[in-house]
Amino acid sequence: MNSIIMSFKDVTFTYTPDDQSVRPAVADLSFSIEEGEWIALVGHNGSGKSTIAKLMNGLLFPQAGEVAAMNLTMSEESLWDIRSQMGMVFQNPDNQFVGATVQDDVAFALENNGVPHEEMVVRVKESLRQVKMEEFLDHEPHHLSGGQKQRVAIAGALALRPRLLILDEATSMLDPQGRMEVIETIRELREETGLTVISITHDLEEAALADRIIVMNAGRKHKEGTPEEVFLTGNELTTLGLDLPFAMRMTHLLREAGVQVLGEHMTEDELVEELWTFYSKK
Amino acid sequence: MMEKMIFGRFIPGDSFVHRMDPRAKILFVFLFIAIVFVANNTLTYLLLLAFTFFVVFLSKIRLYFLVNGLKPVFILLIFTFMLHIFFTKGGDLLFSFGFVEVYEEGLRQGIFISIRFLVLVFITSILTLTTSPISITDGIEVLLGPFKRIKLPVHELALMMSISLRFIPTLMDETGKILKAQMARGSDIGSGPLKKRIKAVVPLLIPLFVSAFKRAEDLATAMEVRGYRGGEGRTRYRQLDWRMRDTLSLLMLVGFTAVLWYFRT
Repeated sequence: MNSIIMSFKDVTFTYTPDDQSVRPAVADLSFSIEEGEWIALVGHNGSGKSTIAKLMNGLLFPQAGEVAAMNLTMSEESLWDIRSQMGMVFQNPDNQFVGATVQDDVAFALENNGVPHEEMVVRVKESLRQVKMEEFLDHEPHHLSGGQKQRVAIAGALALRPRLLILDEATSMLDPQGRMEVIETIRELREETGLTVISITHDLEEAALADRIIVMNAGRKHKEGTPEEVFLTGNELTTLGLDLPFAMRMTHLLREAGVQVLGEHMTEDELVEELWTFYSKK
Repeated sequence: MMEKMIFGRFIPGDSFVHRMDPRAKILFVFLFIAIVFVANNTLTYLLLLAFTFFVVFLSKIRLYFLVNGLKPVFILLIFTFMLHIFFTKGGDLLFSFGFVEVYEEGLRQGIFISIRFLVLVFITSILTLTTSPISITDGIEVLLGPFKRIKLPVHELALMMSISLRFIPTLMDETGKILKAQMARGSDIGSGPLKKRIKAVVPLLIPLFVSAFKRAEDLATAMEVRGYRGGEGRTRYRQLDWRMRDTLSLLMLVGFTAVLWYFRT
């Protein structure tokens, strides 16, 4: 269980290697992710999040340092092996839908990897069931909502039975309901299969669900820790341009107003739980 | 008018023709286009017409719907008919009206050409009406398979076709949005003289192109990440299923060709 599934070692990447005056998109970044973890990579626009995603799947190669995944060092040779073991979901639901219908899209990665037809049929059904989209087999993309399209994209990634799922801002273009759908799907998936998930996001509410958060700022790792640890810094995150989850902001504001809230609360439920028992505890 | 047009539209259904293999349908249409030119007298043209209606009947597409949807084609049909009537000379003079003279041969040719045109349009429309675009693409990919030998990028062509089909509704939506956005800024599209209207399309097209390129880039990334490396070593999710009815249909067409050949003069 405790094997390292993805690691960055002193990774530096710049889009303009000739121009030293421009700050690298990612600088001296090191971290490692164990199998079975849910990691959230958060940061403001321009903090290097998306570049990290591209480094993870070999769309970009670092100028210095080493990216390794599934015990293989990322290189032109190992690239396709690594890709076949990781799924990725991007930001725009429309622009990653390749197939003409839901089932075609889910099968796309399987076709690319030469999976035999009988096996494909089974896997398409199975992965659509995992994201609760099995009734939509023959639907065309323009008849689906954003959240549904993202769930199909997740199913498309799952069909390959990857060891790692990377969500690159997968919820940022969705309405609140679609976002809930997708997050809920990921949560259930993790419960069911224990899949390793890396979600790259600027939504701290989503990040709060992860096991560990890596906060990025200006291409460097700013902080790393459990959501509790990271959110404790409170205002520091706000200065990085990140919005704290509503419950946390509320807690801070209540404290400022002189209400002695005890814990740090990540979700509304927890906060409500403390508040309604507030007087009886005293 | 656009809603009624049935060019390239697919009407889902469960008829004999709907269930046919797309490869069989495409072959059928191409063969049919060839044998239309076998007919050369009244009897063979009538047979051709009867055969076409038989196919329409098998497809369970209502004749009224078909005729209604092909209205613009009929204007063209009448136009060619008129051309033949007025300009083909030969045979007996049927009647003359001022400088207009109608000859027997002209009338005959006019009718024949119209029938030829009509059956071609009907049969090809039946193909697109009963086959989903993606199935047509699949069919074409398989049928063009042999041309891979001469380095024709068959798989790439088919993928391009299916992706374009997939993105038509997306881009239509986008056009609608841009149109509204431009209208909200006070741009006046769809009125004024032609030159002005053409100019008004430019602020519509440029954002559409920009976003299409952006989409293409995103899509390429998404495809690469999902392991797309061209047609080599790829398996197919969609399987085509050639059945008895497909062989039968083609045999029927061959038989029909023989009959036409027998009766032609």
